[in-house]
Amino acid sequence: MLNNKIAQNHKSRIEKHHIEDFIGRSYMSFCVLLLIVAIISMVYFVMSKGISTFVVDKVSVSDFFFGTKWSPEGSNPSFGALPFIAGSFVTTLLAALIASPLSICAALFMTEIVPGWGKKLLQPVIELLSGIPSVVYGFVGLSVIVPFLRNVFPGQGIGVAAGSIVLSVMILPTITSVTVDALSALPQNLKESSFALGATRWQTIARVIIPTTLPAILTGVVLGMARAFGEALAVQMVIGNAPFIPKSLFESASTLTSVITLGMGNTTMGSPQNNSLWSMALVLMLMTFLFVFIVRLLEKRRAI
Amino acid sequence: MKARTVDKIATGIIVTLALLIVAVLAGLLGYILFRGMSHISWDFLTSAPQKIRAGGGVGPQLFNSLFLLVLTLLITVPLGLGAGIYMAEYARPGRITGFIRLIVEVLSSFPSIVVGLFGLLLIVNIFGLGFSLVSGALALTVFNLPLMVRITEQAFRSVPAQQKEAGFALGLSKWKIVTTVLFPVALPAIITGTILSAGRVFGEAAALMFTAGMSSPRLNFSNWNPLSPSSPLNPFRPAETLAVHIWKINSEGLAPDAVQIAAGASAVLVITVLIFNLAARYVGRLIYRKLTASRRMN
Repeated sequence: MLNNKIAQNHKSRIEKHHIEDFIGRSYMSFCVLLLIVAIISMVYFVMSKGISTFVVDKVSVSDFFFGTKWSPEGSNPSFGALPFIAGSFVTTLLAALIASPLSICAALFMTEIVPGWGKKLLQPVIELLSGIPSVVYGFVGLSVIVPFLRNVFPGQGIGVAAGSIVLSVMILPTITSVTVDALSALPQNLKESSFALGATRWQTIARVIIPTTLPAILTGVVLGMARAFGEALAVQMVIGNAPFIPKSLFESASTLTSVITLGMGNTTMGSPQNNSLWSMALVLMLMTFLFVFIVRLLEKRRAI
Repeated sequence: MKARTVDKIATGIIVTLALLIVAVLAGLLGYILFRGMSHISWDFLTSAPQKIRAGGGVGPQLFNSLFLLVLTLLITVPLGLGAGIYMAEYARPGRITGFIRLIVEVLSSFPSIVVGLFGLLLIVNIFGLGFSLVSGALALTVFNLPLMVRITEQAFRSVPAQQKEAGFALGLSKWKIVTTVLFPVALPAIITGTILSAGRVFGEAAALMFTAGMSSPRLNFSNWNPLSPSSPLNPFRPAETLAVHIWKINSEGLAPDAVQIAAGASAVLVITVLIFNLAARYVGRLIYRKLTASRRMN
């Protein structure tokens, strides 16, 4: 009986570590809550601003997404954003097309061909490439790639081609590091049994390694595309910023991010032109959701 | 064709493309440093930019970048630690944890220009902070926080489970285990990650154009009163950073030596990022060695 009482007493007493525990827990919940508030307010504000083009300014949705004429000023403005949407998609896809083979080769080099010094050489290279700021990429693109394209191909050098090349270098690290992770996680005995059957290294790579790690490699490609799609300044500096659908790769064009970058500072909040820029930001945000969704789908496939 | 020949050709292609990437980086760094180094001098690093005449420097911009980085880390590190520790140690697998994980993933893949626009609308306009260092730091927090959470979570997860179990066996409370057992072991990885993320923050421009602003007031570097508008320490003044400055002079620079200034500023930016990268490696290794030597089990 006495023992019981002591135990009860002991239980009900609040000790120092209980308070510590409580404070720590509350602080962490606060941090997580802040994350949730940040994303919800972001989605809310971009959404509410983005749809005001259609609700307040009465621009029809199909005119915005499929209209090719962008002349937001004047008495009869038209808000066709197709040139920018097309520009974003074309540069992103081209960048992924250039970067993916390079990244996959780099990853194979690091894990399959010379696992020793290959990794020691390329790992820092990849890290540095991912650390270089985007404005520096833009500057180098403007002073090296654009003059080069101008000399070799017809046109001014600025345009979709220059944008895609700059973007492809920027997304190389993303695709490479995801692919390297996938390749090193591959069970060793898969490779060994392929070699034991007499397959050459290339046969092993092409028929065993790549097919098994394909979902992971695609995850890397999609993550890279997400980065390319949202990249603003580097692209804006080299693409030329003409609001038309380009007929060739070497013609001045625009992307969603470049037109937002240039237009946001020169328009007043709440004007139809400003609202249409917010609608483009909304498109960027929805594309981010889509990219994350695709990555999740691919990860699910990888899990099975 | 013989399988062996195909193998040789394929290997050749893979090696060539891999070395091409090394060449791209070498060319990139070489070009930036070669173009920029000749323009870097003490005067360039400390003097104020010129609008139309040649010979302007990047002093205020460099200071703004560093100050903004400090402000951002002051906000991001505590918040990121909190949320990251929660994700690693407290979150139970379930719907809510899955949702938080999704949030971190989405937030980290948001384009930085969208983060900047959000900052412009909410922080600059609705909160009324205007184009200022604080607005910039808050926008960068949104941009950097998910990364910080991920770094912390991974650092805590990589601590061996035995350490935690030993703590529980000693009857320690969970909070005590987190702060005194797990945190010191996770610290090297957290510091390495933080320095690397600092490099990313230092070079960010798109999220800052519409939050920290694209101009810098005349600064008086002998005035250290944080409330005075001309003081460099005043967090409520607009502040153009180095990265934003590079963008601005490339697109609307009027000075005759705009290209050289852009080259010099790019070199400064890249050198800083290189220093961050090396420091991350070195500091992480140093702390790791210290901690593991003093806390070895046997």
